[in-house]
Amino acid sequence: MSGPGRKFRYISTDRRVREDRRFVVGKGNYIADLAVEGMLHVALVPSQHAAARIISIDASKALASPGVHAVVGGDEIAAASEPLMNGLDTPNVRRFPLAVGATRYMGEWVAAVVADTRALAEDAAELVEVEYERSPHVIDAEEAYKPTSPPVHPAHGSNTLLDRVFDWGDIDAHFAASDQRLSLRVTWGRNSTVPIETFGVLAQWDPWNEILDVRASIQMPKYADQIARALRLPMNGVRVHYDVDVGGSYGVKRGIKHSVLVGHLARKLGRPVRLIEDRLENMRSGDAHGPERVFDIDVAFDNDGVINSMKMRALDNAGAYAGRAPFQLGKPIGAIVGPYRIKSVRYHAVSVTTNKAVEEAVRGFGQSPTNYAIETMVDRVAEAVGLDRVEVRRRNFIRADEFPYLIPSGTRYDSGDYHAVVDKVLARVDWTALVAERDALRAGGTLAGIGVAACLEPSGGNSSFEPLLNPKNATTTWMESCRINIDALGTINVAIHTTSSGQGHETLVATAVGEALEIDPAKIRVTRPDSLSSLPGNSPVGSRMAIMLGGAGFHAAHKLKAKITAIAARQLGCAPAEAAYCEGAVSHGGKTIEWAKIVDIAHRQFHDLPEGFEPGLEASHIMQTPTGEALPTADGRVQMYPCHSFEFHVVLVAIDPVLGKPELRRYVIGHDCGVVINPHIVKGMTLGGIAHGIGAALLEEFVYDSEGQMMSQSFMDYLMPSASEVPHVEIVHHCTPSPLTVFGQKGSGESGYLGAPAAISGAINDATRPLGVRFNKLPIRVGAIADAVAEALEKRKEAP
Amino acid sequence: MKVALTVNGDTREIDVEPRTTLLDALRDSLRLTGAHTGCEHGVCGACTVLIDGAPARACLMFAVQADGFELTTIEGLAPAPGELSLIQDAFCETHGMQCGYCTPGMVLTAHALLRDDPAPSREKIVEAISANICRCTGYGQIVEAIELAARRLAGSNAGPAT
Repeated sequence: MSGPGRKFRYISTDRRVREDRRFVVGKGNYIADLAVEGMLHVALVPSQHAAARIISIDASKALASPGVHAVVGGDEIAAASEPLMNGLDTPNVRRFPLAVGATRYMGEWVAAVVADTRALAEDAAELVEVEYERSPHVIDAEEAYKPTSPPVHPAHGSNTLLDRVFDWGDIDAHFAASDQRLSLRVTWGRNSTVPIETFGVLAQWDPWNEILDVRASIQMPKYADQIARALRLPMNGVRVHYDVDVGGSYGVKRGIKHSVLVGHLARKLGRPVRLIEDRLENMRSGDAHGPERVFDIDVAFDNDGVINSMKMRALDNAGAYAGRAPFQLGKPIGAIVGPYRIKSVRYHAVSVTTNKAVEEAVRGFGQSPTNYAIETMVDRVAEAVGLDRVEVRRRNFIRADEFPYLIPSGTRYDSGDYHAVVDKVLARVDWTALVAERDALRAGGTLAGIGVAACLEPSGGNSSFEPLLNPKNATTTWMESCRINIDALGTINVAIHTTSSGQGHETLVATAVGEALEIDPAKIRVTRPDSLSSLPGNSPVGSRMAIMLGGAGFHAAHKLKAKITAIAARQLGCAPAEAAYCEGAVSHGGKTIEWAKIVDIAHRQFHDLPEGFEPGLEASHIMQTPTGEALPTADGRVQMYPCHSFEFHVVLVAIDPVLGKPELRRYVIGHDCGVVINPHIVKGMTLGGIAHGIGAALLEEFVYDSEGQMMSQSFMDYLMPSASEVPHVEIVHHCTPSPLTVFGQKGSGESGYLGAPAAISGAINDATRPLGVRFNKLPIRVGAIADAVAEALEKRKEAP
Repeated sequence: MKVALTVNGDTREIDVEPRTTLLDALRDSLRLTGAHTGCEHGVCGACTVLIDGAPARACLMFAVQADGFELTTIEGLAPAPGELSLIQDAFCETHGMQCGYCTPGMVLTAHALLRDDPAPSREKIVEAISANICRCTGYGQIVEAIELAARRLAGSNAGPAT
């Protein structure tokens, strides 16, 4: 899997993932494993209404309950803290950890109870009496978008958080010149990643040193900054510990409201305070739902299937508060045409508040829903022109010789060879045989269909959507850092500055540094200093760590290599440029200075160091994202993420026409994420992403009733794929190195998930097309298929 | 109330409320934190322990109900500090995990499966682990780990415990 023409020692080789050793013996360091002397526990009082004014909170019975230390409501929190950060410029959409004056969704935390144990806190929470006065609510995004709908935040004036039209290219001319056009609407249901570990946070306030220690199962950029701002502490008064293992996240573990709440409680009570969500709190009120989105598309194309222009409106239901979620309409702008040569795009991005739980970042940051919309559109175009779906994709793909390729919205794709990947996948599946298999299933009375999806994974996140959607935000860096210290005995210590939630960053950075220093990565120690001892970083979001942490490690290692070479060159009596570094030793003219000697000089023999050198052997690197250093243009064009991985899915689905249950009979994915750093990790990400995509396509949805009650409140209602639902997946590799990264690597943390929902939806629609049945909304659940098929068969019987 | 729990061969008496789950007792009273809290309603399998050798949900059982049974937790599988069991080693070999949160439950489930059936079919492996939800891996490398462990067991004289 290594890049063509490039040989690596450790990159892309079959090496174990170092983190696995502690996990496999149950010695991960998760937040719920951390018990501190004197620790208190929190339980929450949930709102019973979708929208209501809070008249009063009577905590007297709860406070009299055994072991209870405090009951805190929204007014206290609002006085003690600043509103939580919004991504957009929406200052009147104020959000605090607890409902202040009014509650805006069912389950929202109205009060927090602190007690000696979680059980006692829960007992007392049931005794808190809250008096409400109900107010009008709105659940549906289309309804919320109407000027007549009740505003979730009256001070904001409407439910509209974002309503912006981007025109990129000559859309009207391209529509006028095209042979055909068609329209479609598809809907992405509200789901999330729902990690098996819920969110948890432990805070301790030290009044003598005036410092707040925070440990959390967090995956969030600018976490310490946000806590400090909200609690009005200097940033060096907040110490976030990054050595906490996070039990899955995939984007959503951003418990800022939990953290500010617990930080406040710890200061108020002078005791360590821990909040671990239970499953209901996590699902209903953890503010961690993913995008819920309606896409309306008009597409203009020619009779040969070539797509010329697209108009897309994306309407997103952000839930009751703004947070960072509306940015999930912005990130897909960086791949708004998918892998296709669509010449112009009108994109209308709308985000509205409703009385549902708050939306948070989910794997792909809005890209998977957008890919589902684009791919469904391409299937419809193929149907309209009567051409094979794969052929239409081939005709529209950007060609390998066109890279770097500038798309209408301002992003330049780095590299790719989409045709080659598709060819490889079709060869692997034996397309003709697969079609024959589908047709044989159909002949036997089974509904059967083939789905395909081609899409991109923008990676190396630079957060350019921030200045694009918020004019007050001028962010043009999204750096990541690495520090390497070679100690007095010559062993190598690498520091990374984030938590991880299963991505294998310790393995990643050790591999990158080992590759650069030509030293076995197994000999490298990786540590995670706390936030006060860390260099700046932005956490593992945006499919960026292979590019950014791998890059930072590589650059830091090269700085060290230069120092090592210069120290040895002085001993060798030559210029550093004349000396040759090899596996930690440096040679010139038949003489070699070994690693141990160089370390000795650096740490003990200042008199032998080159002039101007500091003692010791240390280097760090703060890496800027490759590309994306410019602010957006006035017409809304910007370089979004630098690198673009490609994936092509083929899936064969068989559906029992009576039960409606889809069975995934064959699943093949072609995957090109450039140079792979650790093959095991990339494979796992891809397989896991597909499983997550299967959930989004067929099973997972947070369903609300018209009163705003969330109906899928447990794992018996919110269904996730088990090993029985996930088929064996075949991965076909391809490597087109990125010219923008140190090893040619691209991101892979979202792979699989970005195309699986589109492919599975395509397969089901292919299966039911002969019956005239079409599914335009995810998830496509068993019941929906069974009902639609039964109805179609009934009609067919009735037909003369 | 007092309850005597026999965990990984050691018997310890602890004092718990009657409503305390076995999971909370293991984690809070005995500080055996390898069994994880996932859903607390018996679906996800993150809290799996072995009770007289059979996988069970520690979240669905009260601590007092465990009196008199032989409990095995993930902490009881490694033969020595720093040394992995054959099954644990196989999970590392195939990278049968990512975040590690469901992993103890998966390893214990595999342990029980391979003890009862040293050469399970792929279908049988899938059936066994379908009681444990993993959100990271899509299960592929977990199935591979168990297949690898079975192959290695067949070539060794050891039972699954070593």
